Amino acid sequence: MSFKAGGAPPRAPLSSRFAGRLSRMTWVDVVVAAAVLVLLYLVLRVGQGTTVRFSTDQSVAVDTDPSALPYDAARSLLRMFAALAASIAFTFVYAYAAAKSRRLERILIPALDILQSVPVLGFLTVAVTGFIALFPGSMLGLECASIFAIFTSQAWNMTFAFYHSLTSLPRELDELSRSFRFTKWMRFWKVEVPAGMIGLVWNGMMSFGGGWFFLVASEAISVNNKDYALPGVGSYAGAAVTDGDLGKVGWAILTMAVMVIGVNFLFWRPLTAWAERFKNEQSEATEIQRSAVLDFLRRSHWPRLLGASLRPVGRALGRAARVFGTDDRPLTVDPARRRTGDLTFGIVAGALIAWGLVDLGFYLNDRTGLGVFGEPLLLGLVTFVRVVVLVAVATVVWVPIGVRIGFSPRLTRVAQPIVQVLASFPANFLFPLAVWFFLKTGLSINVGGILLMALGAQWYILFNTIAGAMSIPTDLREAMDDLGVRGRQRWKRLILPGIFPSYVTGGITASGGAWNASIVSEVVTFGGTTLTATGLGAYIAQATSDGDFPRLIAGVAVMSLYVVGLNRLLWRRLYRLADTRYAL
Amino acid sequence: MALKALRKLLPTGTTGAPGTPTGPVATPPRAADGDVLLETAGLTKSYAGADGELPVLAGIDLKVRAGEIVALLGKSGSGKSTLLRCLAGLIPASSGTVSYRGEPLTGANPGTAMVFQTFALLPWLTVQQNVELGLEARGVPAEERARAAVQAIDLIGLDGFESAYPKELSGGMRQRVGFARALVVEPDVLMMDEPFSALDVLTAENLRGELMELWESGQFPTRAVVLVTHNIEEAVLMADRIVVLGSRPYGTIRETVEVGLDRPRDRDAPAFQELIDRVYRIMTGRAKETRISGRAEPADQPAADQDRRTVAGTPLPAATVDGLSGLAEMVAHRGGRCDLADLADELGLDVDDMLPQVDALDLLGFARVSGDDLVLTEAGTEFAGADVQASKPLFARAATEVPLVKLITNSLRQRPDAAVRAGFFRDLLAHHFTSEQVERQLETATDWGRYAELYTYDADRQEYRLDEGASAKI
Repeated sequence: MSFKAGGAPPRAPLSSRFAGRLSRMTWVDVVVAAAVLVLLYLVLRVGQGTTVRFSTDQSVAVDTDPSALPYDAARSLLRMFAALAASIAFTFVYAYAAAKSRRLERILIPALDILQSVPVLGFLTVAVTGFIALFPGSMLGLECASIFAIFTSQAWNMTFAFYHSLTSLPRELDELSRSFRFTKWMRFWKVEVPAGMIGLVWNGMMSFGGGWFFLVASEAISVNNKDYALPGVGSYAGAAVTDGDLGKVGWAILTMAVMVIGVNFLFWRPLTAWAERFKNEQSEATEIQRSAVLDFLRRSHWPRLLGASLRPVGRALGRAARVFGTDDRPLTVDPARRRTGDLTFGIVAGALIAWGLVDLGFYLNDRTGLGVFGEPLLLGLVTFVRVVVLVAVATVVWVPIGVRIGFSPRLTRVAQPIVQVLASFPANFLFPLAVWFFLKTGLSINVGGILLMALGAQWYILFNTIAGAMSIPTDLREAMDDLGVRGRQRWKRLILPGIFPSYVTGGITASGGAWNASIVSEVVTFGGTTLTATGLGAYIAQATSDGDFPRLIAGVAVMSLYVVGLNRLLWRRLYRLADTRYAL
Repeated sequence: MALKALRKLLPTGTTGAPGTPTGPVATPPRAADGDVLLETAGLTKSYAGADGELPVLAGIDLKVRAGEIVALLGKSGSGKSTLLRCLAGLIPASSGTVSYRGEPLTGANPGTAMVFQTFALLPWLTVQQNVELGLEARGVPAEERARAAVQAIDLIGLDGFESAYPKELSGGMRQRVGFARALVVEPDVLMMDEPFSALDVLTAENLRGELMELWESGQFPTRAVVLVTHNIEEAVLMADRIVVLGSRPYGTIRETVEVGLDRPRDRDAPAFQELIDRVYRIMTGRAKETRISGRAEPADQPAADQDRRTVAGTPLPAATVDGLSGLAEMVAHRGGRCDLADLADELGLDVDDMLPQVDALDLLGFARVSGDDLVLTEAGTEFAGADVQASKPLFARAATEVPLVKLITNSLRQRPDAAVRAGFFRDLLAHHFTSEQVERQLETATDWGRYAELYTYDADRQEYRLDEGASAKI
């Protein structure tokens, strides 16, 4: 073969290449167009409801007629996607700032680490009060507070993932960008975002699954002895629970299940399948994500038409973004100037933090005295025991089952999607049923609380165990069969070490989720009966509904301390061990 | 004829001014042959070590002129890729200057474009979009850059692949995209970082040939080429000038070899073979560098030399015990002496692929290099002929003379029951090596010491201990 000698064949201009296609519109195109139209209409129609006038004195009335459910579901969905959009915007700004600025990184990354350990639900009060003040007399304040709660459950994960992909950009891509003098925008949009896309999509999907829980928790909330409710599936369920109407609770559960599965099928599956193109591996992957919806969309002409019409926009954006300059860094830095800058930054940041701490100290001292931390610290131990029992029991129950499923391809195909849905199904939805069960059997909430926390958290352990078992190479299993390694020895030598890395991931998520869930699990209501357990979660929930800020701050701070402490002392170490010793 | 087509396709061939997609970036006037494009003066590059800076490159004075292909040749660790990146303005020099057309660089070099060993294609963009990247960065309008990219794609033999994604292409086709992407921006100097080493032999040969054909046509869009390679034959085949970099104790220019051979070059010509042998001798340091290992040429070395071998001056080559004993056995099989180039040829390897093993045998006193031949010593012959159990004490005896192995063994013997943490040796080595090199040194030392049953290493605790079996024997 030699370099081609002939000239290029005449090429049709871009516009005419697409022209012929329009005449050949298929039924696929019509369906897709109709679907988009309907979606647009729904968003507008449902979105109108968010600006309805509302005053804080107004009593809350939730329509619990099942026919209201579709509208409620749409409102809930809108909230979820608004939070997702906010999370993506936050991710880009925060992760980019942390990855590009050496100084900001020192503050932003540890802050993020703590933020993701903070029990989100504890902040709901602050958010609700703040946002209502921001949009007086409009439902938009409550709406924002709910979106904020969901946002806080989604954003940190995605930000970490994107930050990680920014800082671990393959060296040759960095060099490519600088050697060819890319503009900063090109580097971001053509190199960094695509390189981080898989992480963003998968983390987005996981976080979105976790977000349902907070949606349910934030739609109906009582703050400062006042009840607030937004139209949504969560508040519908809440109202049905207050009425003690199990039939309506059943309708709400059904709606929720349809939403979770529907969003997964119509949105996340196509997105993960689409993200395959961003895999930075040079060969065709053996196992690729597929989606019927994406295949359907690709069969229509809309993606291409949309692409063609968006291209000028992209170009204009690229031209406009040239003002940000070229991706280049100066070869020499003045060390003296750099030191001065570091010092100034350090002093300013340190002063701001110190000022905030002192102010907080005075505030707490004035209101309650610093002894306010004592009670949550003790209560934290009780909740800590619940978390430990939960993780231990879930491990004993689900690890053998997960291994069994993971080793059988047939079982995996059936079970994995189900577990995925179970993991993202908001467990707090099922609480009323559980409480009804507790009341019937007389089980104490102090023990039952563990069960409630487990309703959401246990699936992470099962899910990750299945993934771990699947990752054990078949030839290793065959070798063990061949050597006659079975029973206890097989578990000790092959299975447990094999699933360990995945299990640790599941364990971290489960224990973090359990702490968060304790806030809604240690105080539960059903049909006028309220059960309260002893624990830090109940303490925070109580402080929330009383609007007692000093105790709320103390409770949230102590819970964060427990979560961070547990992560640092236990999970991080296990993680490192898994990484160095048990990586397959 | 291909060349005519090239002239048509590349309007910049003669003047470089009209018709080129310049956009907002002005193209400097075309350099005449012999003009200095890139220049380094007293360039050193060092990385942070435990006590101050560790040099990887030192005293590099290099000029790259228009009209020539310069090969930077060296073993791994000789800093050749680092030098290339300094020239491209991707990493700063620690001292000294790098200039492009007389102007010291302050950032990425505006007159270079890089071809990467790993291709560095963006997998989410099509071939054409990948090729357009450099033009897009310069703000060339879409239509114009599409035209230029399609031309470059055709020129490089990728016609028909415009809308393909990189992962659909073979390695050779991918590297063609890499070349098209770099050539389309018409840089003054094309920087090639081991562009063929990720390709199989046939593909590499083919691509090399085509590239040289294009270069010789005089219509090459760039004015000079800097090629980084560890392959001696490739350097002799392509370059006008070969800059051989030495690696002990850090990268310096060992010698510059002018390749006066006419193109196209004939591999079988005696002059070609002679040049390869000469470059090989320079590279292995047998021609000029004073020997560090005392045993290889005992005649002209003082007897005390062996004691002067230090951990810093005698880095362990990255050779496993299996690898070096395999080589020893092959040499033994050929009567204890054989021509390295022939052996490599027979095995389908490049000579330089075997250098770590050769260095290791030399370091252990099992063999020495004499001229182009590798000759087993007495100890080496015995080692090569021994079975596993018998070879271990022989290897142990030889390995204890290797500075780092000796250091570890002696440290452990001071308190035979206690373990020594790897961090201790890591700290010691950090005075002389970069952290990556430290890890490689310890890895080799661990492999050798374990095989020799001198000491054991617990990877979980990161601790060395004396091998109990061995200490019982002693």
